Amino acid sequence: MITCKPVHLADRYDVVVVGGGPAGLEAATAAQAAGAARVLVVDREKEAGGILLQCIHTGFGLHRFGAELTGPEYAQRVLEQTLEHAIDVLTDAYVLDVDETKRVKILSMQEGLKRVQAGAVVLAMGARERTRAAIRIPGARPAGVFTAGLVQRLVNLFGVLPGRRVAILGSGDIGLIMARRLTLEGVAVTGVFEIMPHANGLNRNIVQCLHDFDIPLHLSTTVSEIHGHDRVEKVTVAPVDDQMRPIPARGWDVPCDTLLVSVGLIPENELSQQLRLRLDPTTRGPVVASTMETSRDGVFACGNVVHIHDLVDFVSAEAELAGRNAGFYVTGRQPPADNVLLQPGENVGYCVPQTVSTEREHTVYLRTRRPLEACTLRLVEPGGSFVYEKKLRYVFPAEMVNLQLRPRLLQNFHGGVLRVEVVPR
Amino acid sequence: MTTTSDKSMVQTSTYLCIGCPLGCRLEVDEDVGTHTLVEVRGFSCKRGKEYAAQEHVAPQRTVTTTVAIAGAAWVRLPVKSSKPIAKSRVQEVCRALRAVHVCAPIHLGDVIVVDVMSTGADIVATCDMPVLGSTGGDAKCNAS
Repeated sequence: MITCKPVHLADRYDVVVVGGGPAGLEAATAAQAAGAARVLVVDREKEAGGILLQCIHTGFGLHRFGAELTGPEYAQRVLEQTLEHAIDVLTDAYVLDVDETKRVKILSMQEGLKRVQAGAVVLAMGARERTRAAIRIPGARPAGVFTAGLVQRLVNLFGVLPGRRVAILGSGDIGLIMARRLTLEGVAVTGVFEIMPHANGLNRNIVQCLHDFDIPLHLSTTVSEIHGHDRVEKVTVAPVDDQMRPIPARGWDVPCDTLLVSVGLIPENELSQQLRLRLDPTTRGPVVASTMETSRDGVFACGNVVHIHDLVDFVSAEAELAGRNAGFYVTGRQPPADNVLLQPGENVGYCVPQTVSTEREHTVYLRTRRPLEACTLRLVEPGGSFVYEKKLRYVFPAEMVNLQLRPRLLQNFHGGVLRVEVVPR
Repeated sequence: MTTTSDKSMVQTSTYLCIGCPLGCRLEVDEDVGTHTLVEVRGFSCKRGKEYAAQEHVAPQRTVTTTVAIAGAAWVRLPVKSSKPIAKSRVQEVCRALRAVHVCAPIHLGDVIVVDVMSTGADIVATCDMPVLGSTGGDAKCNAS
Protein backbone atom coordinates (compact mmCIF):
# COMPACT_ATOMS: atom_id res chain seq x y z
CA MET A 1 0.00 0.00 0.00
CA ILE A 2 1.53 3.23 -1.11
CA THR A 3 1.13 6.27 1.05
CA CYS A 4 0.05 9.16 -1.14
CA LYS A 5 1.94 12.41 -0.94
CA PRO A 6 0.02 15.16 0.87
CA VAL A 7 -1.68 17.42 -1.61
CA HIS A 8 -2.47 21.07 -1.41
CA LEU A 9 -5.93 21.47 -2.85
CA ALA A 10 -6.27 23.81 -5.80
CA ASP A 11 -9.44 25.88 -6.26
CA ARG A 12 -10.23 24.36 -9.63
CA TYR A 13 -9.79 20.91 -11.12
CA ASP A 14 -10.67 19.70 -14.59
CA VAL A 15 -11.95 16.42 -13.16
CA VAL A 16 -12.80 15.55 -9.56
CA VAL A 17 -13.21 11.82 -8.84
CA VAL A 18 -15.20 10.84 -5.76
CA GLY A 19 -13.75 7.61 -4.34
CA GLY A 20 -10.22 6.18 -4.53
CA GLY A 21 -10.98 2.53 -5.08
CA PRO A 22 -10.08 0.70 -8.29
CA ALA A 23 -12.84 2.55 -10.18
CA GLY A 24 -11.86 6.03 -9.03
CA LEU A 25 -8.13 5.56 -9.55
CA GLU A 26 -8.57 4.10 -13.01
CA ALA A 27 -11.00 6.86 -14.00
CA ALA A 28 -8.54 9.52 -12.82
CA THR A 29 -5.70 8.09 -14.88
CA ALA A 30 -7.88 7.76 -17.97
CA ALA A 31 -9.23 11.31 -17.56
CA GLN A 32 -5.73 12.70 -17.55
CA ALA A 33 -4.68 10.55 -20.50
CA ALA A 34 -7.68 11.99 -22.38
CA GLY A 35 -6.59 15.57 -21.83
CA ALA A 36 -7.77 16.65 -18.36
CA ALA A 37 -4.69 18.44 -16.99
CA ARG A 38 -5.66 18.69 -13.31
CA VAL A 39 -7.33 15.69 -11.72
CA LEU A 40 -8.20 15.14 -8.06
CA VAL A 41 -9.22 11.88 -6.37
CA VAL A 42 -10.91 12.16 -2.97
CA ASP A 43 -11.01 9.11 -0.68
CA ARG A 44 -12.32 8.72 2.84
CA GLU A 45 -9.85 6.04 3.96
CA LYS A 46 -6.31 6.68 5.15
CA GLU A 47 -5.01 4.95 2.02
CA ALA A 48 -6.47 4.76 -1.46
CA GLY A 49 -7.17 1.34 -2.97
CA GLY A 50 -10.69 0.77 -1.74
CA ILE A 51 -12.08 -2.57 -0.77
CA LEU A 52 -9.31 -4.39 -2.66
CA LEU A 53 -6.98 -3.77 0.28
CA GLN A 54 -9.01 -6.14 2.45
CA CYS A 55 -9.50 -8.74 -0.32
CA ILE A 56 -6.23 -10.57 0.35
CA HIS A 57 -7.25 -13.64 -1.67
CA THR A 58 -6.26 -14.27 -5.28
CA GLY A 59 -8.44 -14.19 -8.38
CA PHE A 60 -8.08 -10.57 -9.47
CA GLY A 61 -6.55 -9.30 -12.70
CA LEU A 62 -6.83 -12.29 -15.03
CA HIS A 63 -8.61 -10.17 -17.66
CA ARG A 64 -6.95 -6.83 -16.96
CA PHE A 65 -3.34 -7.83 -16.35
CA GLY A 66 -3.23 -11.44 -17.58
CA ALA A 67 -2.01 -12.50 -14.13
CA GLU A 68 -3.74 -13.88 -11.08
CA LEU A 69 -3.25 -11.25 -8.40
CA THR A 70 -4.40 -10.73 -4.83
CA GLY A 71 -6.52 -7.66 -4.04
CA PRO A 72 -3.64 -5.66 -2.51
CA GLU A 73 -1.41 -6.49 -5.51
CA TYR A 74 -4.11 -5.29 -7.92
CA ALA A 75 -4.65 -2.12 -5.86
CA GLN A 76 -0.96 -1.37 -5.79
CA ARG A 77 -0.65 -1.69 -9.58
CA VAL A 78 -3.55 0.68 -10.10
CA LEU A 79 -2.33 3.19 -7.51
CA GLU A 80 1.24 3.20 -8.87
CA GLN A 81 -0.14 3.93 -12.31
CA THR A 82 -2.26 6.79 -10.90
CA LEU A 83 0.65 8.36 -9.01
CA GLU A 84 2.86 8.21 -12.12
CA HIS A 85 0.34 10.55 -13.73
CA ALA A 86 0.78 13.43 -11.25
CA ILE A 87 -2.80 13.13 -10.05
CA ASP A 88 -3.70 14.60 -6.67
CA VAL A 89 -4.97 11.88 -4.31
CA LEU A 90 -6.50 13.32 -1.16
CA THR A 91 -7.13 10.69 1.53
CA ASP A 92 -8.90 10.97 4.90
CA ALA A 93 -11.40 13.20 3.15
CA TYR A 94 -15.13 13.21 2.42
CA VAL A 95 -17.07 14.75 -0.42
CA LEU A 96 -20.09 16.21 1.36
CA ASP A 97 -21.87 17.67 -1.61
CA VAL A 98 -21.71 18.22 -5.36
CA ASP A 99 -23.98 20.96 -6.66
CA GLU A 100 -25.50 21.61 -10.11
CA THR A 101 -22.58 23.81 -11.14
CA LYS A 102 -20.16 20.98 -10.17
CA ARG A 103 -18.81 22.73 -7.12
CA VAL A 104 -17.53 19.98 -4.83
CA LYS A 105 -17.61 20.47 -1.05
CA ILE A 106 -14.77 18.50 0.57
CA LEU A 107 -14.13 17.90 4.25
CA SER A 108 -10.64 16.70 5.12
CA MET A 109 -8.28 16.42 8.05
CA GLN A 110 -5.75 18.43 6.13
CA GLU A 111 -7.75 21.28 4.63
CA GLY A 112 -10.87 21.47 6.77
CA LEU A 113 -13.91 22.40 4.73
CA LYS A 114 -13.14 23.48 1.19
CA ARG A 115 -15.03 23.98 -2.06
CA VAL A 116 -13.36 23.20 -5.35
CA GLN A 117 -14.79 23.86 -8.80
CA ALA A 118 -14.76 20.81 -11.09
CA GLY A 119 -15.07 20.81 -14.87
CA ALA A 120 -16.43 17.27 -14.72
CA VAL A 121 -17.16 14.89 -11.86
CA VAL A 122 -16.72 11.12 -11.78
CA LEU A 123 -18.74 9.30 -9.13
CA ALA A 124 -16.91 6.16 -7.94
CA MET A 125 -18.19 5.72 -4.38
CA GLY A 126 -18.62 1.97 -4.64
CA ALA A 127 -21.20 0.09 -2.61
CA ARG A 128 -22.08 -0.81 0.93
CA GLU A 129 -23.33 -4.06 2.34
CA ARG A 130 -26.92 -4.95 2.99
CA THR A 131 -27.35 -5.54 6.71
CA ARG A 132 -29.45 -7.70 8.96
CA ALA A 133 -31.93 -4.81 9.15
CA ALA A 134 -32.25 -4.71 5.36
CA ILE A 135 -33.53 -8.30 5.31
CA ARG A 136 -35.42 -8.09 8.62
CA ILE A 137 -34.27 -11.23 10.43
CA PRO A 138 -36.51 -11.69 13.48
CA GLY A 139 -35.24 -12.38 16.98
CA ALA A 140 -33.08 -10.75 19.63
CA ARG A 141 -30.50 -8.10 18.90
CA PRO A 142 -27.35 -9.39 20.59
CA ALA A 143 -23.74 -8.59 19.70
CA GLY A 144 -22.19 -10.96 17.16
CA VAL A 145 -24.17 -10.18 14.00
CA PHE A 146 -21.81 -8.83 11.33
CA THR A 147 -21.82 -8.17 7.62
CA ALA A 148 -19.28 -10.38 5.82
CA GLY A 149 -17.26 -7.47 4.44
CA LEU A 150 -16.92 -5.90 7.88
CA VAL A 151 -15.51 -9.17 9.20
CA GLN A 152 -13.15 -9.31 6.23
CA ARG A 153 -11.91 -5.86 7.23
CA LEU A 154 -11.58 -6.79 10.91
CA VAL A 155 -9.69 -10.02 10.19
CA ASN A 156 -7.47 -8.95 7.31
CA LEU A 157 -6.62 -5.36 8.22
CA PHE A 158 -6.93 -5.33 12.00
CA GLY A 159 -6.15 -8.94 12.92
CA VAL A 160 -9.34 -9.28 14.98
CA LEU A 161 -11.57 -12.38 14.91
CA PRO A 162 -15.34 -11.86 15.25
CA GLY A 163 -16.00 -15.02 17.27
CA ARG A 164 -15.22 -18.72 17.57
CA ARG A 165 -18.19 -20.42 15.96
CA VAL A 166 -19.82 -18.82 12.95
CA ALA A 167 -22.92 -19.34 10.81
CA ILE A 168 -23.12 -17.53 7.49
CA LEU A 169 -26.36 -16.31 5.93
CA GLY A 170 -26.16 -15.78 2.18
CA SER A 171 -23.87 -17.40 -0.36
CA GLY A 172 -22.53 -14.20 -1.92
CA ASP A 173 -18.85 -14.28 -2.83
CA ILE A 174 -17.74 -12.28 0.22
CA GLY A 175 -19.52 -14.74 2.52
CA LEU A 176 -17.89 -17.71 0.78
CA ILE A 177 -14.45 -16.11 0.88
CA MET A 178 -14.92 -15.39 4.59
CA ALA A 179 -16.00 -18.99 5.26
CA ARG A 180 -12.55 -20.06 4.07
CA ARG A 181 -10.70 -17.18 5.67
CA LEU A 182 -12.23 -17.80 9.11
CA THR A 183 -11.60 -21.56 8.82
CA LEU A 184 -7.93 -20.86 8.11
CA GLU A 185 -7.82 -18.64 11.20
CA GLY A 186 -9.12 -21.49 13.35
CA VAL A 187 -12.76 -20.40 13.60
CA ALA A 188 -15.44 -23.12 13.24
CA VAL A 189 -17.76 -22.34 10.32
CA THR A 190 -20.94 -24.36 10.87
CA GLY A 191 -22.54 -23.77 7.50
CA VAL A 192 -23.69 -21.37 4.81
CA PHE A 193 -27.45 -20.83 4.46
CA GLU A 194 -28.89 -19.50 1.20
CA ILE A 195 -32.55 -18.60 0.74
CA MET A 196 -32.42 -19.03 -3.06
CA PRO A 197 -32.45 -22.47 -4.68
CA HIS A 198 -29.06 -21.67 -6.24
CA ALA A 199 -25.80 -20.29 -4.84
CA ASN A 200 -25.26 -16.57 -5.18
CA GLY A 201 -21.49 -16.65 -5.43
CA LEU A 202 -19.22 -17.89 -8.20
CA ASN A 203 -18.91 -21.65 -8.62
CA ARG A 204 -15.16 -21.49 -8.15
CA ASN A 205 -15.73 -20.03 -4.69
CA ILE A 206 -18.18 -22.79 -3.77
CA VAL A 207 -15.43 -25.28 -4.64
CA GLN A 208 -12.37 -23.64 -3.13
CA CYS A 209 -14.01 -22.00 -0.11
CA LEU A 210 -16.66 -24.55 0.93
CA HIS A 211 -15.93 -27.97 -0.61
CA ASP A 212 -12.22 -27.74 0.23
CA PHE A 213 -13.07 -27.44 3.93
CA ASP A 214 -16.23 -29.59 4.01
CA ILE A 215 -18.40 -26.60 4.93
CA PRO A 216 -22.04 -27.44 4.16
CA LEU A 217 -24.13 -25.18 1.89
CA HIS A 218 -27.86 -25.33 2.63
CA LEU A 219 -29.88 -24.01 -0.32
CA SER A 220 -33.51 -22.78 -0.03
CA THR A 221 -32.81 -22.28 3.67
CA THR A 222 -32.70 -19.12 5.74
CA VAL A 223 -32.09 -17.89 9.27
CA SER A 224 -35.54 -17.53 10.79
CA GLU A 225 -34.51 -16.30 14.24
CA ILE A 226 -31.47 -15.04 16.14
CA HIS A 227 -31.17 -16.03 19.82
CA GLY A 228 -29.05 -14.61 22.63
CA HIS A 229 -29.19 -11.74 25.10
CA ASP A 230 -25.77 -10.09 25.20
CA ARG A 231 -24.14 -12.25 22.56
CA VAL A 232 -25.46 -14.54 19.82
CA GLU A 233 -26.01 -18.00 21.33
CA LYS A 234 -27.67 -19.76 18.43
CA VAL A 235 -29.68 -19.16 15.29
CA THR A 236 -32.73 -21.03 14.09
CA VAL A 237 -32.58 -21.95 10.42
CA ALA A 238 -35.43 -23.32 8.33
CA PRO A 239 -36.06 -24.37 4.75
CA VAL A 240 -38.29 -22.01 2.78
CA ASP A 241 -41.37 -22.73 0.67
CA ASP A 242 -41.75 -21.57 -2.92
CA GLN A 243 -42.86 -18.15 -1.64
CA MET A 244 -39.56 -17.94 0.31
CA ARG A 245 -41.39 -18.19 3.64
CA PRO A 246 -39.55 -20.24 6.31
CA ILE A 247 -41.24 -23.53 7.25
CA PRO A 248 -40.84 -23.50 11.07
CA ALA A 249 -41.81 -27.17 11.50
CA ARG A 250 -38.76 -28.23 9.50
CA GLY A 251 -36.34 -25.79 11.15
CA TRP A 252 -33.40 -26.59 13.41
CA ASP A 253 -31.07 -24.72 15.77
CA VAL A 254 -27.45 -23.98 14.96
CA PRO A 255 -25.32 -23.13 18.02
CA CYS A 256 -22.92 -20.27 17.22
CA ASP A 257 -21.58 -17.05 18.74
CA THR A 258 -21.48 -15.15 15.48
CA LEU A 259 -23.72 -14.68 12.44
CA LEU A 260 -22.26 -13.29 9.23
CA VAL A 261 -24.70 -11.86 6.73
CA SER A 262 -23.57 -11.85 3.11
CA VAL A 263 -26.76 -10.78 1.41
CA GLY A 264 -25.63 -8.40 -1.27
CA LEU A 265 -24.35 -4.92 -1.86
CA ILE A 266 -26.18 -1.65 -2.50
CA PRO A 267 -24.59 1.09 -4.60
CA GLU A 268 -23.71 4.03 -2.36
CA ASN A 269 -25.69 6.80 -3.97
CA GLU A 270 -26.26 9.57 -1.43
CA LEU A 271 -24.36 12.02 -3.66
CA SER A 272 -26.23 10.81 -6.73
CA GLN A 273 -29.50 11.48 -4.91
CA GLN A 274 -28.37 14.95 -3.82
CA LEU A 275 -27.58 15.63 -7.47
CA ARG A 276 -31.03 14.27 -8.36
CA LEU A 277 -29.55 11.86 -10.90
CA ARG A 278 -31.91 9.43 -12.56
CA LEU A 279 -31.47 6.08 -10.81
CA ASP A 280 -32.26 2.63 -12.22
CA PRO A 281 -34.71 0.88 -9.86
CA THR A 282 -33.03 -2.50 -10.46
CA THR A 283 -29.32 -1.61 -10.22
CA ARG A 284 -30.11 1.17 -7.71
CA GLY A 285 -27.28 3.08 -9.39
CA PRO A 286 -27.39 6.04 -11.79
CA VAL A 287 -28.73 5.46 -15.29
CA VAL A 288 -25.73 5.87 -17.60
CA ALA A 289 -25.17 6.44 -21.30
CA SER A 290 -22.53 4.51 -23.23
CA THR A 291 -20.02 7.19 -22.19
CA MET A 292 -20.85 6.46 -18.53
CA GLU A 293 -22.34 9.94 -18.28
CA THR A 294 -25.28 10.14 -15.89
CA SER A 295 -28.52 12.05 -16.46
CA ARG A 296 -26.65 15.22 -15.46
CA ASP A 297 -24.33 16.89 -17.93
CA GLY A 298 -20.64 16.38 -17.07
CA VAL A 299 -21.29 13.98 -14.20
CA PHE A 300 -20.00 10.48 -14.90
CA ALA A 301 -20.18 7.30 -12.82
CA CYS A 302 -18.38 3.95 -12.79
CA GLY A 303 -17.81 0.82 -10.74
CA ASN A 304 -20.06 -0.57 -8.04
CA VAL A 305 -21.86 2.75 -7.62
CA VAL A 306 -23.45 2.06 -11.03
CA HIS A 307 -24.11 -1.65 -10.62
CA ILE A 308 -22.58 -4.44 -8.56
CA HIS A 309 -19.77 -6.15 -10.46
CA ASP A 310 -18.43 -9.61 -9.74
CA LEU A 311 -14.97 -8.87 -11.14
CA VAL A 312 -12.76 -5.86 -10.47
CA ASP A 313 -11.34 -6.32 -13.97
CA PHE A 314 -14.68 -5.18 -15.40
CA VAL A 315 -14.78 -2.29 -12.92
CA SER A 316 -11.43 -1.12 -14.27
CA ALA A 317 -12.60 -1.34 -17.88
CA GLU A 318 -15.78 0.58 -17.09
CA ALA A 319 -13.87 3.21 -15.07
CA GLU A 320 -11.39 3.73 -17.87
CA LEU A 321 -14.32 4.49 -20.16
CA ALA A 322 -15.89 6.91 -17.65
CA GLY A 323 -12.58 8.69 -17.04
CA ARG A 324 -11.75 8.96 -20.73
CA ASN A 325 -15.15 10.49 -21.45
CA ALA A 326 -14.79 12.90 -18.52
CA GLY A 327 -11.49 13.96 -20.10
CA PHE A 328 -13.18 14.35 -23.49
CA TYR A 329 -15.97 16.36 -21.85
CA VAL A 330 -13.64 18.97 -20.34
CA THR A 331 -11.69 19.29 -23.59
CA GLY A 332 -14.85 19.63 -25.68
CA ARG A 333 -14.47 16.36 -27.57
CA GLN A 334 -17.61 14.51 -26.57
CA PRO A 335 -18.82 11.82 -28.93
CA PRO A 336 -22.32 12.17 -30.45
CA ALA A 337 -25.21 11.21 -28.17
CA ASP A 338 -26.59 7.65 -27.97
CA ASN A 339 -29.50 6.73 -30.21
CA VAL A 340 -30.67 3.34 -28.91
CA LEU A 341 -32.36 2.56 -25.58
CA LEU A 342 -31.69 -0.94 -24.21
CA GLN A 343 -34.60 -2.51 -22.34
CA PRO A 344 -34.23 -5.58 -20.10
CA GLY A 345 -36.57 -8.30 -21.40
CA GLU A 346 -37.14 -12.00 -20.63
CA ASN A 347 -34.74 -13.26 -17.91
CA VAL A 348 -32.66 -10.06 -17.92
CA GLY A 349 -32.59 -8.05 -14.68
CA TYR A 350 -30.75 -5.05 -16.05
CA CYS A 351 -28.35 -3.79 -18.72
CA VAL A 352 -25.55 -1.23 -18.26
CA PRO A 353 -25.19 1.13 -20.03
CA GLN A 354 -28.88 1.78 -20.48
CA THR A 355 -28.35 3.45 -23.88
CA VAL A 356 -25.88 2.83 -26.72
CA SER A 357 -24.91 4.32 -30.04
CA THR A 358 -25.10 2.43 -33.33
CA GLU A 359 -21.93 4.30 -34.34
CA ARG A 360 -19.56 2.95 -31.69
CA GLU A 361 -18.42 -0.31 -30.14
CA HIS A 362 -19.69 -1.00 -26.63
CA THR A 363 -19.42 -3.56 -23.87
CA VAL A 364 -22.90 -4.07 -22.45
CA TYR A 365 -23.03 -5.72 -19.03
CA LEU A 366 -26.18 -7.57 -18.05
CA ARG A 367 -27.37 -9.80 -15.27
CA THR A 368 -29.86 -12.62 -15.74
CA ARG A 369 -32.67 -13.35 -13.31
CA ARG A 370 -32.33 -17.15 -13.19
CA PRO A 371 -29.80 -19.78 -14.23
CA LEU A 372 -30.18 -21.38 -17.68
CA GLU A 373 -28.14 -23.91 -19.63
CA ALA A 374 -27.77 -23.82 -23.42
CA CYS A 375 -29.48 -20.49 -23.98
CA THR A 376 -29.57 -17.62 -26.43
CA LEU A 377 -28.95 -13.94 -25.79
CA ARG A 378 -30.86 -11.87 -28.31
CA LEU A 379 -31.64 -8.28 -29.16
CA VAL A 380 -35.24 -7.85 -30.22
CA GLU A 381 -36.93 -4.94 -32.02
CA PRO A 382 -40.27 -3.67 -30.67
CA GLY A 383 -41.90 -5.39 -33.68
CA GLY A 384 -40.52 -8.74 -32.50
CA SER A 385 -37.81 -9.43 -35.06
CA PHE A 386 -34.35 -10.43 -33.87
CA VAL A 387 -31.54 -8.00 -34.59
CA TYR A 388 -28.81 -10.13 -33.05
CA GLU A 389 -28.49 -13.58 -31.47
CA LYS A 390 -25.65 -15.19 -29.53
CA LYS A 391 -25.52 -18.67 -28.07
CA LEU A 392 -24.39 -18.99 -24.45
CA ARG A 393 -23.37 -22.26 -22.78
CA TYR A 394 -24.97 -21.23 -19.52
CA VAL A 395 -25.90 -18.19 -17.46
CA PHE A 396 -26.03 -17.68 -13.70
CA PRO A 397 -27.42 -14.63 -11.89
CA ALA A 398 -24.12 -14.57 -9.97
CA GLU A 399 -22.10 -14.12 -13.15
CA MET A 400 -22.43 -10.95 -15.15
CA VAL A 401 -22.81 -11.52 -18.89
CA ASN A 402 -20.95 -9.15 -21.14
CA LEU A 403 -21.90 -8.49 -24.71
CA GLN A 404 -19.54 -6.88 -27.21
CA LEU A 405 -21.86 -4.71 -29.30
CA ARG A 406 -20.17 -3.68 -32.54
CA PRO A 407 -21.66 -1.21 -35.03
CA ARG A 408 -21.67 -4.05 -37.61
CA LEU A 409 -24.21 -5.98 -35.50
CA LEU A 410 -26.66 -3.08 -35.64
CA GLN A 411 -26.06 -1.93 -39.22
CA ASN A 412 -29.54 -2.92 -40.40
CA PHE A 413 -31.28 -1.58 -37.31
CA HIS A 414 -32.78 1.91 -37.50
CA GLY A 415 -35.16 1.97 -34.54
CA GLY A 416 -34.68 3.57 -31.16
CA VAL A 417 -35.37 0.70 -28.73
CA LEU A 418 -33.93 -2.81 -28.37
CA ARG A 419 -35.11 -5.43 -25.89
CA VAL A 420 -32.40 -7.71 -24.45
CA GLU A 421 -33.45 -11.30 -23.65
CA VAL A 422 -31.75 -14.49 -22.51
CA VAL A 423 -34.01 -17.43 -23.35
CA PRO A 424 -33.70 -21.25 -23.58
CA ARG A 425 -32.62 -22.56 -26.96
CA MET B 1 -17.90 -37.36 -8.57
CA THR B 2 -16.59 -40.56 -10.13
CA THR B 3 -18.20 -43.03 -12.52
CA THR B 4 -16.68 -46.23 -13.83
CA SER B 5 -17.38 -47.95 -17.08
CA ASP B 6 -16.47 -51.66 -16.72
CA LYS B 7 -16.00 -52.36 -20.39
CA SER B 8 -13.19 -49.91 -21.03
CA MET B 9 -11.96 -49.81 -17.44
CA VAL B 10 -11.97 -46.04 -17.70
CA GLN B 11 -13.00 -44.03 -14.68
CA THR B 12 -14.40 -40.54 -15.21
CA SER B 13 -14.05 -37.92 -12.48
CA THR B 14 -15.57 -34.45 -12.69
CA TYR B 15 -14.16 -31.24 -11.26
CA LEU B 16 -15.13 -27.61 -11.31
CA CYS B 17 -12.33 -25.37 -12.52
CA ILE B 18 -11.28 -22.63 -10.08
CA GLY B 19 -8.91 -20.94 -12.52
CA CYS B 20 -11.29 -18.10 -13.36
CA PRO B 21 -14.92 -17.09 -12.80
CA LEU B 22 -16.04 -19.06 -15.84
CA GLY B 23 -16.00 -22.17 -13.63
CA CYS B 24 -15.71 -24.80 -16.37
CA ARG B 25 -17.01 -28.28 -15.62
CA LEU B 26 -14.04 -30.56 -16.22
CA GLU B 27 -14.00 -34.31 -16.81
CA VAL B 28 -10.94 -36.48 -16.36
CA ASP B 29 -10.80 -40.07 -17.70
CA GLU B 30 -8.37 -42.38 -15.95
CA ASP B 31 -7.43 -45.87 -17.02
CA VAL B 32 -8.12 -47.88 -13.88
CA GLY B 33 -5.56 -50.56 -14.73
CA THR B 34 -2.56 -48.35 -15.41
CA HIS B 35 -3.61 -45.31 -13.36
CA THR B 36 -2.83 -43.04 -16.28
CA LEU B 37 -4.94 -40.14 -17.51
CA VAL B 38 -6.62 -40.96 -20.78
CA GLU B 39 -8.42 -37.74 -21.53
CA VAL B 40 -9.35 -34.35 -20.07
CA ARG B 41 -12.54 -32.67 -21.35
CA GLY B 42 -14.59 -29.56 -20.70
CA PHE B 43 -11.81 -26.99 -20.34
CA SER B 44 -11.81 -23.71 -22.28
CA CYS B 45 -8.14 -22.87 -21.80
CA LYS B 46 -4.73 -24.42 -21.23
CA ARG B 47 -4.81 -23.53 -17.54
CA GLY B 48 -8.06 -25.44 -17.15
CA LYS B 49 -6.61 -28.55 -18.75
CA GLU B 50 -3.57 -28.41 -16.46
CA TYR B 51 -5.75 -27.74 -13.44
CA ALA B 52 -7.92 -30.81 -14.13
CA ALA B 53 -4.91 -33.10 -14.42
CA GLN B 54 -3.31 -31.65 -11.27
CA GLU B 55 -6.58 -31.71 -9.30
CA HIS B 56 -7.08 -35.37 -10.19
CA VAL B 57 -3.59 -36.45 -9.13
CA ALA B 58 -2.70 -34.06 -6.28
CA PRO B 59 -4.85 -30.99 -5.64
CA GLN B 60 -2.98 -27.78 -4.92
CA ARG B 61 -3.97 -24.31 -3.72
CA THR B 62 -2.28 -20.94 -3.44
CA VAL B 63 -2.39 -19.87 0.21
CA THR B 64 -3.30 -16.30 1.12
CA THR B 65 -3.32 -15.07 4.71
CA THR B 66 -1.77 -12.31 6.82
CA VAL B 67 1.15 -12.06 9.25
CA ALA B 68 1.68 -9.57 12.06
CA ILE B 69 3.62 -6.43 11.18
CA ALA B 70 5.00 -3.71 13.45
CA GLY B 71 5.84 -0.12 12.57
CA ALA B 72 3.44 0.21 9.61
CA ALA B 73 0.08 1.94 9.15
CA TRP B 74 -1.61 -1.46 9.51
CA VAL B 75 -1.03 -4.31 11.98
CA ARG B 76 -1.40 -7.13 9.43
CA LEU B 77 0.65 -7.71 6.28
CA PRO B 78 -1.12 -9.66 3.49
CA VAL B 79 0.97 -12.56 2.16
CA LYS B 80 0.64 -15.46 -0.27
CA SER B 81 2.52 -18.61 -1.20
CA SER B 82 4.84 -18.06 -4.16
CA LYS B 83 3.26 -21.10 -5.83
CA PRO B 84 0.41 -23.50 -5.08
CA ILE B 85 1.03 -26.02 -2.30
CA ALA B 86 -0.66 -29.37 -1.55
CA LYS B 87 -4.26 -28.70 -0.56
CA SER B 88 -3.89 -30.99 2.44
CA ARG B 89 -1.18 -28.74 3.91
CA VAL B 90 -2.95 -25.37 3.60
CA GLN B 91 -4.33 -25.36 7.12
CA GLU B 92 -1.07 -26.28 8.86
CA VAL B 93 0.81 -23.63 6.88
CA CYS B 94 -1.72 -20.98 7.96
CA ARG B 95 -1.44 -22.15 11.55
CA ALA B 96 2.36 -21.84 11.44
CA LEU B 97 2.16 -18.34 9.93
CA ARG B 98 0.21 -17.10 12.96
CA ALA B 99 3.55 -17.08 14.84
CA VAL B 100 5.33 -14.90 12.25
CA HIS B 101 6.03 -11.24 13.05
CA VAL B 102 7.77 -8.80 10.70
CA CYS B 103 8.77 -5.13 10.83
CA ALA B 104 8.12 -2.34 8.34
CA PRO B 105 9.29 -1.44 5.78
CA ILE B 106 8.19 -4.37 3.62
CA HIS B 107 7.89 -4.32 -0.16
CA LEU B 108 5.58 -6.25 -2.43
CA GLY B 109 7.29 -9.53 -3.31
CA ASP B 110 9.61 -9.59 -0.25
CA VAL B 111 10.12 -13.16 0.95
CA ILE B 112 8.74 -13.48 4.48
CA VAL B 113 9.30 -17.23 4.99
CA VAL B 114 11.59 -19.36 2.81
CA ASP B 115 10.29 -22.82 1.85
CA VAL B 116 7.42 -22.71 4.32
CA MET B 117 6.96 -26.06 6.17
CA SER B 118 9.13 -27.73 3.47
CA THR B 119 6.40 -27.31 0.86
CA GLY B 120 8.83 -25.82 -1.65
CA ALA B 121 6.89 -22.53 -1.70
CA ASP B 122 8.00 -19.26 -0.15
CA ILE B 123 5.64 -16.92 1.66
CA VAL B 124 5.83 -13.47 0.02
CA ALA B 125 4.35 -10.06 0.83
CA THR B 126 1.53 -8.95 -1.47
CA CYS B 127 1.81 -5.21 -0.85
CA ASP B 128 4.17 -2.46 0.21
CA MET B 129 4.08 -1.52 3.90
CA PRO B 130 6.18 1.59 4.43
CA VAL B 131 7.12 2.76 7.91
CA LEU B 132 4.25 4.66 9.47
CA GLY B 133 4.52 8.39 8.86
CA SER B 134 7.46 8.15 6.46
CA THR B 135 8.04 7.73 2.76
CA GLY B 136 10.55 4.90 3.25
CA GLY B 137 13.63 4.11 5.36
CA ASP B 138 14.14 1.87 8.38
CA ALA B 139 11.68 1.19 11.12
CA LYS B 140 12.18 1.25 14.83
CA CYS B 141 10.81 -2.17 15.49
CA ASN B 142 9.61 -3.36 18.85
CA ALA B 143 8.11 -6.63 17.63
CA SER B 144 9.09 -9.88 19.31
